[in-house]
Amino acid sequence: MSGFGFYGHWLLGGVLLVLVIASLIGYRLTQRPLSERGRATVDNLNARIRAWWAMCAVFAAALACGDLGTVLLFALVSFLGLREFITLTPTRRGDHETLFWSFFVFLPLHYWLVGTRWYGLFAILIPVYAFLFLPLRSALAGDTEHFLERSAKIQWGLMICVYAVSHAPALLMLEIPGYSGQNATLLIWLVLVVQLSDVLQYVFGKLCGRRAIVPRLSPNKTVEGFVGGVLSAALIGTALWWATPFTPWQAFMLALLVTLLGFAGGLVMSAIKRDRGVKDFGAMIEGHGGMLDRIDSLCFAAPVFFHAVRYWWT
Amino acid sequence: MSGWRVECAAALLVGVCRVLTGVRALWRDVAPQAGPRVYFANHASHLDGLVIWAALPGPLRQHTHPVAARDYWDASPLRHWLAGEVFGALLIERNGETRDRQTVLEPLLAMLDAGEALILFPEGTRGDGSAIQPFKSGLYHLARQRPEVELVPVYLENLNRVLPKGTVLPVPLLCAARFGAPLRLEDGELRADFLTRARAAVEALAQ
Repeated sequence: MSGFGFYGHWLLGGVLLVLVIASLIGYRLTQRPLSERGRATVDNLNARIRAWWAMCAVFAAALACGDLGTVLLFALVSFLGLREFITLTPTRRGDHETLFWSFFVFLPLHYWLVGTRWYGLFAILIPVYAFLFLPLRSALAGDTEHFLERSAKIQWGLMICVYAVSHAPALLMLEIPGYSGQNATLLIWLVLVVQLSDVLQYVFGKLCGRRAIVPRLSPNKTVEGFVGGVLSAALIGTALWWATPFTPWQAFMLALLVTLLGFAGGLVMSAIKRDRGVKDFGAMIEGHGGMLDRIDSLCFAAPVFFHAVRYWWT
Repeated sequence: MSGWRVECAAALLVGVCRVLTGVRALWRDVAPQAGPRVYFANHASHLDGLVIWAALPGPLRQHTHPVAARDYWDASPLRHWLAGEVFGALLIERNGETRDRQTVLEPLLAMLDAGEALILFPEGTRGDGSAIQPFKSGLYHLARQRPEVELVPVYLENLNRVLPKGTVLPVPLLCAARFGAPLRLEDGELRADFLTRARAAVEALAQ
């Protein structure tokens, strides 16, 4: 059982304070006379803030329910993410049973391994067994049209939405000397830094964004937003070193690592959206789009962070 | 049958439907409202009726009745109970040779006269999801005998991928129910023309 004792409460208290301040600013902005476009931006901003309240409340409630609650929350996140991913992926009738296996066998089994801390099988269930079994199941269905593409898409969906995301709650299974019972705090730190980086990239981009990094992919991802967001989030991650097993310098390096990976995740997932001709993966989170739009950065940051911590700190 | 079982079953089915499909209702040029109406939709899965039913605002559900095939829904006691008690479905014979048109229509017309709404799948049977089949004439006869009733086209997106014909294993995918502008039978409009127009109205919602 790992909780988020003393330091975790401070982190969550800080998040609460930031949300209150953000809501106050959001409210003040609605009181000012604005152009139509400015009004739309402010409305979207307030919708995002409202959604952040809800997301933080759900995350905190799940953490309060202990390891089981946390693992179940991320399993649900994976389920909703994979549902969005497969919805956008053109599959055929021959993939139906393969998809059933992905959603109702491999996804629950994988999270069961997270919950029972079976690291050996957790690390290989999807990359070895699911990757070999799923194309076999599709092949048995006998439809060879676009076979390689279809197999690759299902495997990628499982890899991103289930395998990658699950490395966030998998932090709970690490045994870090001198930090026992605090792993959930490390999870809060990771999620906080990655999501803050997204928010700050958005804020810096809106305030002073000029040059788009990859204009064809996303006009909203600018050099100014990237530098401002990544650096400020990394500095906040450093300032919160006391909640982690890291020294301030290590905390800075790891925060920089996860914010850069978060940016990479956002970029890759944008490329997928452009490929499929959509703006958002879904519409379940007001102002944000779908579940995958919210967790795209975590998909890339979580596995690398997990392995960095596992390699150097356990 | 006691009320709480019906309500639990309804809540459970709507919940399962939400997990599997997300049930997104998109109302275009039409708004949900009480009163006699016919919702008619493309048909690709056993979940279709449930999805439209779940997409409606709660208070409208108990006044909206799917029209379904008796041979399927009477096949087991559970199905019979679900159809009759939970969905308030109207079961009809779909075998054309053994039925008389007006006998089939009477209960439907009675429902409309009582101010209730119907859900109808004019293709008559589930397709494979690739194209909408030609419509059967029931919709036309309802429109001719109750010209004042609004006919609302509905396009169900992705349902054929959730639970295609020939499997009992569902796959969760985001689905949408798109509701379009209501149609009415025009003066002197021929049966074939009306059915083509109604089918085109559903097809147009696919874009």
